[in-house]
Amino acid sequence: MTQPQFTDFYTILPFTILVVWACLLLLADLFIPKDRKGITAFLAAFGLAGTMGYAITQVGLSSMGFSGMVFLDGFSTYANILLLISGLLGIAVAYGYNQRMGIERGEYYTLLLFSVSGMMLMAQAADLIIVFLALELLSIPLYVLAAFTRKLESEEAGVKYFLLGAFATGFVVYGTALVYGATGTTSLTGIFLSASNGTSGLLLTIGAALLLVGFGFKVAAVPFHMWTPDVYQGAPTSVTAFMSSGAKIAGFVALLRVFATAFPSISADMTDILWAMSAITMIVGNFIAISQTNIKRLLAYSSIAHAGYILMAFVPYGNKEVMSISIAAGLFYLLTYVLTNFGAWAVVISLEKAEGNPSTGSGQRGLELSDYSGLARKYPALAAAMAVFMLSFIGFPPTLGMVGKFYLFRAVIAGGFNGLAIIGVVTSLVSAYYYLRVVVNMYFREGDPTIEREPGLAFTTMVTAVATVALSFVPQWLFLLASTALLK
Amino acid sequence: MNTVPVDYYVILSAVLFTIGAMGVLIRRNPLIIFMSIELMLNAANLVFVAYASVFQSFSGQIFVFFVIAVAAAEVAVGLALIVQIFKAKKNINVDELNSLKG
Repeated sequence: MTQPQFTDFYTILPFTILVVWACLLLLADLFIPKDRKGITAFLAAFGLAGTMGYAITQVGLSSMGFSGMVFLDGFSTYANILLLISGLLGIAVAYGYNQRMGIERGEYYTLLLFSVSGMMLMAQAADLIIVFLALELLSIPLYVLAAFTRKLESEEAGVKYFLLGAFATGFVVYGTALVYGATGTTSLTGIFLSASNGTSGLLLTIGAALLLVGFGFKVAAVPFHMWTPDVYQGAPTSVTAFMSSGAKIAGFVALLRVFATAFPSISADMTDILWAMSAITMIVGNFIAISQTNIKRLLAYSSIAHAGYILMAFVPYGNKEVMSISIAAGLFYLLTYVLTNFGAWAVVISLEKAEGNPSTGSGQRGLELSDYSGLARKYPALAAAMAVFMLSFIGFPPTLGMVGKFYLFRAVIAGGFNGLAIIGVVTSLVSAYYYLRVVVNMYFREGDPTIEREPGLAFTTMVTAVATVALSFVPQWLFLLASTALLK
Repeated sequence: MNTVPVDYYVILSAVLFTIGAMGVLIRRNPLIIFMSIELMLNAANLVFVAYASVFQSFSGQIFVFFVIAVAAAEVAVGLALIVQIFKAKKNINVDELNSLKG
């Protein structure tokens, strides 16, 4: 054991900056008048942008800090930048929405910053203690955010998310405890060393499986997905947009890190479980989405289905030759998913109304698929953007979604899991049915939708739509970026 | 001197964990569900301290402190949410939290 050095702090400086900034913002917010909470939003975005500026300077650095408690490597820097982008987009879509819905309170932005900082710590965690702390730091603010509107449906979403999130935490902690019992350490590299010496056995496998259950809840993989549609529907849509991107990235980043670093020795047991989980997540997510009529629930099931696609990247994790391209494919798909997902949710937020008919729940609030009828005639740009996002979700060229799925399928086929790739392709075809239904509604049905014009929403929609199309022409460059982010 | 084998602790903790997980799945009152989750966390704590004493290492015990502290933070948020629901509905049965479906 050595005393912490200044170099230790450099490894987690982006995280530190963000946490300190969030604490200061919590204080500063007291002095910002109630009707000018836009200042808080701006300051929060400024903090995220500043943190991103520093995180970008860490590209290419690789070290460990605090006696092997945190990693700083390409993988964590890539994830940090991705998480900061989703934080920034999360504020961009939230600002106008919160005003419109009458939930404009400064705490929203502070909680969002704390949540992003937890996600960033997750990306850097090199010890299961840090994984656990980061998991809670990212989850607890999200529980509050989900219940932010103080309407019954939002509170219900908050309680459901909280109870199932805490349940998942129980699995993570118990899994960690068993892994500690099997190996005598909570450090990821220590677990790897101890397990490869053959000291492992049943306890380690059960511990790893329990960790998988816990993270499965967080990333909404079937059969641990029950909370997702309810929470995504009930939570304020701006929160849903952030949580479906940020929390999912953090969950997958933690899964990748923990499994690829600590558990390669039990990959023989884990691969089958991951295979089944990925396949069933794709099938269930896509098939249940078909029957949805509420756009928030539809996108929730779509997010479950995409968890299945991203899980494909984990299946060959024990195979050393394939591991590098499969992890790169997973990271690449996370970027794809964040851009497309935020864009789609920004369009949903544009159409959402503050007042609904209370007796029918979400009726007349612009959240039904039928509310998208006639969008293309009235607002061609918005409809075109939504069409791009839907095509990207399906995996249709020329969008980033197509490239992302191509890399994923290539990785699993290289790992010898042709069956999984076939399931992926078939379920993508199934998903075309419900995604295209949105497009058909927008372009071929008559209707008179109204939208809210807000600069943040317009910015998010435009940037993500352009990026989704434009980046698909330079995928090699992006894939290279994701490959350099590999675990060493 | 006779010591209790560590396996006994692990078995006890597995029993506690299972009771906790079953409680979450079966009980309908969010407060009881929450107590069951605490039971799951404490089952894990038992494993940590038992193995920490076997390995003569502190990291397990340190983890327990983190778990206790974080569980307290979770309680603060969770109870606040449950109180809000109770104010709105005068009832906290999770089966009646069904305004979201489809």
